[in-house]
Amino acid sequence: MYKITRSPWVMHYDGSSCNGCDIEVLACLTPVYDAERFGIINTGDPMQADILLITGSINTQNAPVVKQIYSQMSDPKVVVAVGVCACTGGVFKDCYNILGGADQVIPVDVYVPGCAARPQAIIDGIVKGIGVFQERLEKLENGTLKQEEKEDTEEKKEED
Amino acid sequence: MDEMTIKMIIAICYVVFAPLIGGLLDGIGRQISARMQRRVGPPLLQPFYDLGKLLHKDPIHVSPSQNFLMLTYLFFVILTGGMIFLGMDLLLAMFLLSTAVMFLYFAAVVTGSHYSAIGAGRELLQMVAYEPCVLLTCVAFYVVSGSFETADIISGNISPIAYMPGVFVAFVFILTIKMRKSPFDISTSHHPNQEIVKGITSEIGAKNLAVYTLAEWYETVFLMGMVAMFVINKNPWSILAAVLTAFVVYFLEILIDNSSARVKSELMIKLSWTVTLVAAGGNLLVLMFMFG
Repeated sequence: MYKITRSPWVMHYDGSSCNGCDIEVLACLTPVYDAERFGIINTGDPMQADILLITGSINTQNAPVVKQIYSQMSDPKVVVAVGVCACTGGVFKDCYNILGGADQVIPVDVYVPGCAARPQAIIDGIVKGIGVFQERLEKLENGTLKQEEKEDTEEKKEED
Repeated sequence: MDEMTIKMIIAICYVVFAPLIGGLLDGIGRQISARMQRRVGPPLLQPFYDLGKLLHKDPIHVSPSQNFLMLTYLFFVILTGGMIFLGMDLLLAMFLLSTAVMFLYFAAVVTGSHYSAIGAGRELLQMVAYEPCVLLTCVAFYVVSGSFETADIISGNISPIAYMPGVFVAFVFILTIKMRKSPFDISTSHHPNQEIVKGITSEIGAKNLAVYTLAEWYETVFLMGMVAMFVINKNPWSILAAVLTAFVVYFLEILIDNSSARVKSELMIKLSWTVTLVAAGGNLLVLMFMFG
């Protein structure tokens, strides 16, 4: 079994937020925290990304954008919600246009709390995400990943 | 051993070891970049981890023809390097390289994405910028050694660089454009979040990106091989000097990459053509008078 533990490429999307977490994500890439030590690269391209990093809450306007970015990523893929807004909607939760956290539109695997989330916590979240990524990869090679996804979407349709 | 067997061995060695050397050079480059920015940087083998991951991801492509185009691109790049290392015609190898880039161009434009289309257009501009210098380099090698065959070029009494220092300067200059390093990384960038996402590689993901990376490694190796060709002569010790020169040039590329910001395409063409005309063109004129 091939082990992928050292090359998580991150796609960063900032939803409806104060941009605090957004700046902390960029701080991870600075020489102080140097996320590239773990092979983490911030790529702007969903087709090349393994981990979708979402900061900020989901509103009615950015929901289709987030869905599209997620659908453009190649399997196996992992979603990490960074900051309390991306986890639950945070301080914006009761606003008229806010749907809630990132898990309202796409499946989230790792939740990183904080307002704003600290760079250490973000890197920790991404490293946790790598574990999920490895699991998915094994499932992809067994051929069970696609089947599970299909079942999940069918369940969701039934709920709707 | 007859000549044919030796050539076969060289060809196999090139196909097997070039990506290893290219990947290692990439890893060294990333570490040096990190140290220049006072970071720890990724492990030396990071490029190989990245390649392994890309190969294991689920295939994704916008158009099915992209797979074929990318593989053809890789094939022509390998062929170009093969011709250079087997001592064959340099001019033909450079024309093959242009053909290879055409396939990369088509792989980008078949997707219909605006970002990759702009990146592909810029890749053609980059070709316009470096191609005159590449041709002048081939001509200068011919004037000095009397042959386009790389085997004859490297078996002179004196290293070609002694006759063509100007051409060497121009070639190192356009190497930055060819290797898509800053300030001339206008068609695609190794750094994320640029104005055209990833430029020509925007819609190239998973296995196709692995193919692209592999082609880039082969390209680095034979470009460094061409740099070495300036130094190698009859004396076997010159090979050592050539390898050292290649390393110095590669370090220089990384230094330039880290200390400059991207320029506009017009400036790139103006700069590269000026350097080509003055350094390589001037040098070639002198050579023509010398060798009549």
